[in-house]
Amino acid sequence: MALDSKVPAGPLADKWTTHKGEIPLVSPANKRLLDIIVVGTGLAGSSAAASLAEMGYNVKAFCFQDSPRRAHSIAAQGGINAAKNYQNDGDSVHRLFYDTIKGGDYRSREGNVHRLAEVSRNIIDQCVAQGVPFARDYGGLLDNRSFGGVQVSRTFYAKGQTGQQLLLGAYSALNRQIAKGRVKMYARHEMQELVVVDGKARGIIAKNLVTGEFERHSAHAVLLCTGGYGNVFFLSTNAMGSNVTAAWKAHRKGAYMANPCFTQIHPTCIPVSGENQSKLTLMSESLRNDGRIWVPAKKEDAEAIRAGKLHPNDIAEEHRDYYLERRYPAFGNLVPRDVASRAAKERCDAGYGINKTGEAVYLDFAAAIMRYGAEEAHVKGLKNPTDAEVKALGEKVVEAKYGNLFQMYEKITASNPYKEPMMIYPAVHYTMGGLWVDYNLMTTVPGCFALGEANFSDHGANRLGASALMQGLADGYFVAPYTVGEFLSKDIRTGKISTDSPEFEAAEQAVRERTEKFINNNGTKSVDFFHKRLGKIMWNEVGMARNEKGLKQAIADIQALREEFYADVRVLGAANGMNPELDKAGRVADLIELGELMAKDALERNESCGGHFREEYQSPEGEALRDDENFAFVSAWEFTGVPSEAKLHKEELTFENVELKTRSYK
Amino acid sequence: MDLTLKIWRQNGPQEKGEMKTYPISGVEEDMSFLEMLDFLNDKLINEGIEPVVFDHDCREGICGMCSLFINGEAHGPGRKVTTCQLHMREFKSGDTIYIEPFRAKAFPIIKDLMVDRSAFDRIQRAGGYISVNTSGNTIDANAIPVPKENADKAFDAATCIGCGACVATCKNSSAMLFASAKISQFSLLPQGQPEAKERVLNMVHQMDLEGFGNCTNTGACEVECPKGISLENIARMNRDYLFASLSSNK
Repeated sequence: MALDSKVPAGPLADKWTTHKGEIPLVSPANKRLLDIIVVGTGLAGSSAAASLAEMGYNVKAFCFQDSPRRAHSIAAQGGINAAKNYQNDGDSVHRLFYDTIKGGDYRSREGNVHRLAEVSRNIIDQCVAQGVPFARDYGGLLDNRSFGGVQVSRTFYAKGQTGQQLLLGAYSALNRQIAKGRVKMYARHEMQELVVVDGKARGIIAKNLVTGEFERHSAHAVLLCTGGYGNVFFLSTNAMGSNVTAAWKAHRKGAYMANPCFTQIHPTCIPVSGENQSKLTLMSESLRNDGRIWVPAKKEDAEAIRAGKLHPNDIAEEHRDYYLERRYPAFGNLVPRDVASRAAKERCDAGYGINKTGEAVYLDFAAAIMRYGAEEAHVKGLKNPTDAEVKALGEKVVEAKYGNLFQMYEKITASNPYKEPMMIYPAVHYTMGGLWVDYNLMTTVPGCFALGEANFSDHGANRLGASALMQGLADGYFVAPYTVGEFLSKDIRTGKISTDSPEFEAAEQAVRERTEKFINNNGTKSVDFFHKRLGKIMWNEVGMARNEKGLKQAIADIQALREEFYADVRVLGAANGMNPELDKAGRVADLIELGELMAKDALERNESCGGHFREEYQSPEGEALRDDENFAFVSAWEFTGVPSEAKLHKEELTFENVELKTRSYK
Repeated sequence: MDLTLKIWRQNGPQEKGEMKTYPISGVEEDMSFLEMLDFLNDKLINEGIEPVVFDHDCREGICGMCSLFINGEAHGPGRKVTTCQLHMREFKSGDTIYIEPFRAKAFPIIKDLMVDRSAFDRIQRAGGYISVNTSGNTIDANAIPVPKENADKAFDAATCIGCGACVATCKNSSAMLFASAKISQFSLLPQGQPEAKERVLNMVHQMDLEGFGNCTNTGACEVECPKGISLENIARMNRDYLFASLSSNK
């Protein structure tokens, strides 16, 4: 099948408006005859379910958590981008579009990204109308801050809890529709299989996690809003339950996976402390507005710190290496995430890491505290304040900006970041890859759509900070509710989809067999045992730096791991009832298959771009070397039975409005 | 560290539960409380014992899914932390730790330490929203300035994570801190005004229907709240409720 992105013709800035005007409408009377399933209730899922229900469709929404409000969008910290130009710093829709294309290292579609930039402004209006309490200045207007990879302040925020506030806003819109009976909510339900009838997605098999029962749900379209697959690395900033199962089942039923190897490793996370760690915690990118990243300039100082013989506060300014400011003077500490992460790895690999494991760098607020303190002292009219007074004032300002993050850091590490620099290291955070979708957000299975992090469409090879929230809400509120019309307008005479068809029967049977296999396996190792091993393979070979030999090894290792998993995994308890181990087993089985495909994708992409860094393709200074001549395409993989033998389809990327350049933040 | 864990085990909503004892050694200070339970579960699986079931997801104190009554306190010792942020360095080797589910009539037990908190969702559905369609065709976000003080207070109220620690802590199993946080958020913002009266009446009504108790101003909820939601919100809700009861046409 040839991939057709269906990006409308015409000038970039008119594409979306023109397209929206040409999508066939479905009359209100006919919308009542159409059912839509939404899987996942994060920003994309909640907003899509609420919007579609408002428009008149019958919506069923599913989440595996106990409430739609728990979805992992809630954990996003720093902010949401929008081209409002409230700060009058030269921002515009075009600039947001350009920054996103460049930030993504020229591996995303122009048409999609421009649409995202256009609707970004409506998102802020919408959220404020819903009562989302964004940060405001003393005049009562909305405040902004900066994020990496840009030179304007376009990020709206609610302290370090922006994701929480936006999700609760979308959750309230969803609740309004649930209360009206327009959305039927299924919490503690997990999608187990996509049902395809006559080549179209017509429903799902869901598991009621409380009773263990399998349920058949039919619909005229299925929207997968199921987030990313960072948990393939075991340790990531994802929630424990985040998984790829829904997307992977769709992949196995014909939906292509696009650019699966594009993984975002976030530069500022709390470093790994021990073998029993279950997850990693992000320290928001917004901290790089004020924090300076450094390691000791002298190796012996780094060694002394690691041995506990030297304190970072005792290292003189001239013996510190602020390596981002040194290497990238134009953007300094606010370079994009992939660049910052690689730079940290480079210093640590060279022996300058500063914690026991040698895998950590400092994020230091001392300079910002003194700077803010001096400003406050001036405002308060203090003459010749002492350093201690300035510091105390400055700490208050920093607390108001980042208080909850500093508190979170202290709880986890038992170290006070007001008094000594934070220790940070890159960690898996977000996956730019995902299900391939066309301009209408439809996958290669007609009627199956993918929204938010679950699709691949907007961030190319690297996502800019504060753009995930923007994309989730853009897809859910302003894109999918219109674009599903193109597919559904042909379904107004279809009538209710039966759940008694052989396709539903076969899908349910497959799910039952998988479940019984796990329960009766009588192996000897826990699910986590295999998940951790998968994570190690992925982090070592398919992580921040990759090479041909390592990737080939990873494929072989993952295949061996999969065999061992099925032969030896032990799942206790029964299938009928609440059994989280059983649910985890199903998720890890799919993550293992995905891991193999990620390694394959990374192996085939013989270039370095964004989050994908192949050691063979770098400049003498260690910067990524992109190959636009041979790799300016989206890799869309078709499942053929063995993940690493998937069939590659290429969607060539054409750039009519931006010039392909080497990304430079110097 | 060597610990003795006393954990509530209950196979299903209708079954009888009991405290069971599990000695555990090899616990590390840097583990979070839930990582300690993962560690226990791994051992239990190896011994052929069904692992302990508990709710958890984000493990960074924001999703509100984790719960647990630890040594008689919601989310354990320490202030302004959820169970997932509690670390084992708060305990010492030789300690006995009692781990129970959040208990309230409105939070029936599903299994072991996992409870059903869907009553909270139903309270939100009774009015915890502003009736604006999601068309994006609203007024410009900066068209109505909001005094910073009100915006900040609305934000503070809105940081409630819906974990239910307030209910589990309250001797009356009252959900007033939870409900008042949402009611206050909208009550403090201009966008929330048109529906303010109906909102407070409907949400309080739903709270009563769910079987939550009343508030007797003990203040334990505020102390145990991992997000520091202020009692001031309950006072505001009571004022709004009184005003709405007297002036509403309903």
